[in-house]
Amino acid sequence: MRSVTTADRAPGPYRLGEEHEMLRDAVRVLADERVAPRAAEVDRTGEFPEDLRRLLADHDILALPFPTEHGGLGGELLTVCLAVEQLSRACATTGLILAVQELGSLPITLAGTAEQQARWFPALASGEQLIAFALTEAEAGSDAAALRTTARRDGEAYVIDGGKRFISHGSVADLVVVFAVTDSDAKRHARLSAFVVEVPSDGFAVTRLEHKMGIRGSPTAELAFNGLRVPAANRLGEEGDGWSIAMRTLDRSRPGIAAQAVGIAQGALEVATAYARERKQFGQRIGDFQQIGAMLADMDAGVEAARQLLYKACVEIDAGAADASRWSALCKLVAGDTAMRVTTDAVQVLGGYGYIDEFPVERMMRDAKITQLYEGTQQIQRLVIARALLGTAD
Amino acid sequence: MRIVVLTKPVPDPASGAERLLPDGRLDRAASPAVVNGNDEYVLEAALKLVEAAGEGEVILLSMAPATAPETMRKALAMGAHRGVLVTDPALEGSCAVATTRVLAAALKTIEFDLVFAGVDTSDGVAGVVPAGIAALNGLPYLSYAAGIEPDMTARRVRVRRISPTGFDVLEAAMPALISGTQALGEPRYPSLKGIMAARNKTIDTLALAELGIDPSTVGTAGAKTKVHAWEPPPPRAATRVIRDAPDEAARQVVAFLAERRLV
Repeated sequence: MRSVTTADRAPGPYRLGEEHEMLRDAVRVLADERVAPRAAEVDRTGEFPEDLRRLLADHDILALPFPTEHGGLGGELLTVCLAVEQLSRACATTGLILAVQELGSLPITLAGTAEQQARWFPALASGEQLIAFALTEAEAGSDAAALRTTARRDGEAYVIDGGKRFISHGSVADLVVVFAVTDSDAKRHARLSAFVVEVPSDGFAVTRLEHKMGIRGSPTAELAFNGLRVPAANRLGEEGDGWSIAMRTLDRSRPGIAAQAVGIAQGALEVATAYARERKQFGQRIGDFQQIGAMLADMDAGVEAARQLLYKACVEIDAGAADASRWSALCKLVAGDTAMRVTTDAVQVLGGYGYIDEFPVERMMRDAKITQLYEGTQQIQRLVIARALLGTAD
Repeated sequence: MRIVVLTKPVPDPASGAERLLPDGRLDRAASPAVVNGNDEYVLEAALKLVEAAGEGEVILLSMAPATAPETMRKALAMGAHRGVLVTDPALEGSCAVATTRVLAAALKTIEFDLVFAGVDTSDGVAGVVPAGIAALNGLPYLSYAAGIEPDMTARRVRVRRISPTGFDVLEAAMPALISGTQALGEPRYPSLKGIMAARNKTIDTLALAELGIDPSTVGTAGAKTKVHAWEPPPPRAATRVIRDAPDEAARQVVAFLAERRLV
């Protein structure tokens, strides 16, 4: 008989397995060789990198989140996040191509019928089509349930009127998941429904592209819907399911943003470390000055802590943890703040060189900021976590 | 075309953590395991041949601890179709002779046209196992392949081997056993598709009893070789760096080599 004690090591994966390491390394090599050399130009021109989107498609990276029966690779959340992390380490805009592809397709994964999945997933998995997620409106950001876009039933179709703002890939996507009010009299969280809009469509227009601080190659669009007709067969779930679909989507997509943040932070740490090893002042490597060495150590500790929380959150969410919202919010909160702090410190380590575009850390610092803002601001993440802790009031 | 590739998990030479146990055997727990380098070259050759043939399979064959599937996964991700793993606690500490007998017996359970093996493995570097298996199973043995050209219609295989003057060409009837080196060409990186596809590939395990081998004749108990003594290589002498102008530097390098009768 084998005796056990309560001190037995907890079961479960606390190291990445061979498969995950292989996958991470495969994406890392591609990111180093093909993505990193383009990152500065993508940032400078602010143009969507079609070539890099093609690269991700050709190497089956965009296929990762999709089921194998529809041409995907059937990767679980951790796998997708490992890829987002490695791409973002080189270029946050490129990491976001995969993260948004997953964000946009999650409503179909979570609420789509088998027919809907078979209809849309193959072209998304092959990377031939891109998909965007359109929830936010000019007046409905953190208060997403307050949106005003409407969808009125008209025979076998819905007519959508209104508009969206801050929609990542909104101008380059072939499919846009639009959330709209189908019953304005219903309770706050039963007003919305979700629709897959196929672009181009009459009544669908891109009215503005934002000029942004960071992720400049990733187009952020304002969309206008004017009598836009969408077949009823494109509705995801039932009428009134929209809010629930959006929230469950964000529970699973926020780790993708955390992965982007960890990747950006890791990239900055590597640049700062290499610089501190090379740069000499007062006759020695600046990294050997205790103040710089300590900054690098704190940066490394922060990145690793954020990474481990992300991986753990992925595993918990995939295992169907009841508190998936909490894990998702925790990892984005920690990773986003870490990315901002680490990239800011990286600029500090490089001094004047960090402030100019001769080195990538100023770009990384600008890119990092968005991870504290989108898919729920850090304040919203804290709200989600606090609610999970406190429960609802009696 | 069916090709069996002998695949051995060895301590990762890049880990810098290879070390021996006090009894002189390799400490396999000390460093992460990877597929032996020479095995990856022959695996790449096998994958290319089966891809070119448009049909067939590449089957990995290993004798290794029960943790081997983790290491074999990379080979499956590169494109091998399935694996066969002989694993048994009694095999621990086996010498090259026992390994040869076990792999030869396991090979008899598989249908194949060709068997590929790395010429040696980076842990033991005995280099006798492939030839031994060929001898025990009555297979032609073509060693040090730098190029492999099977002819399925004629059931013959031709191997090119680098010689001081060019190539030797060896030819034999199939089935045959071929050992190869890095001269066969760089192994591929596993693709994402390959990595994910490896999840659904199977590794069949065989125990000694299934091969009809008496456990007392293998492992530490049945070992025909024993490490009597070992010591780490002497530390390298200090590197001499020449920083003079190219002409002067070249002169000094030539003088250095001439002094040691190397030029």
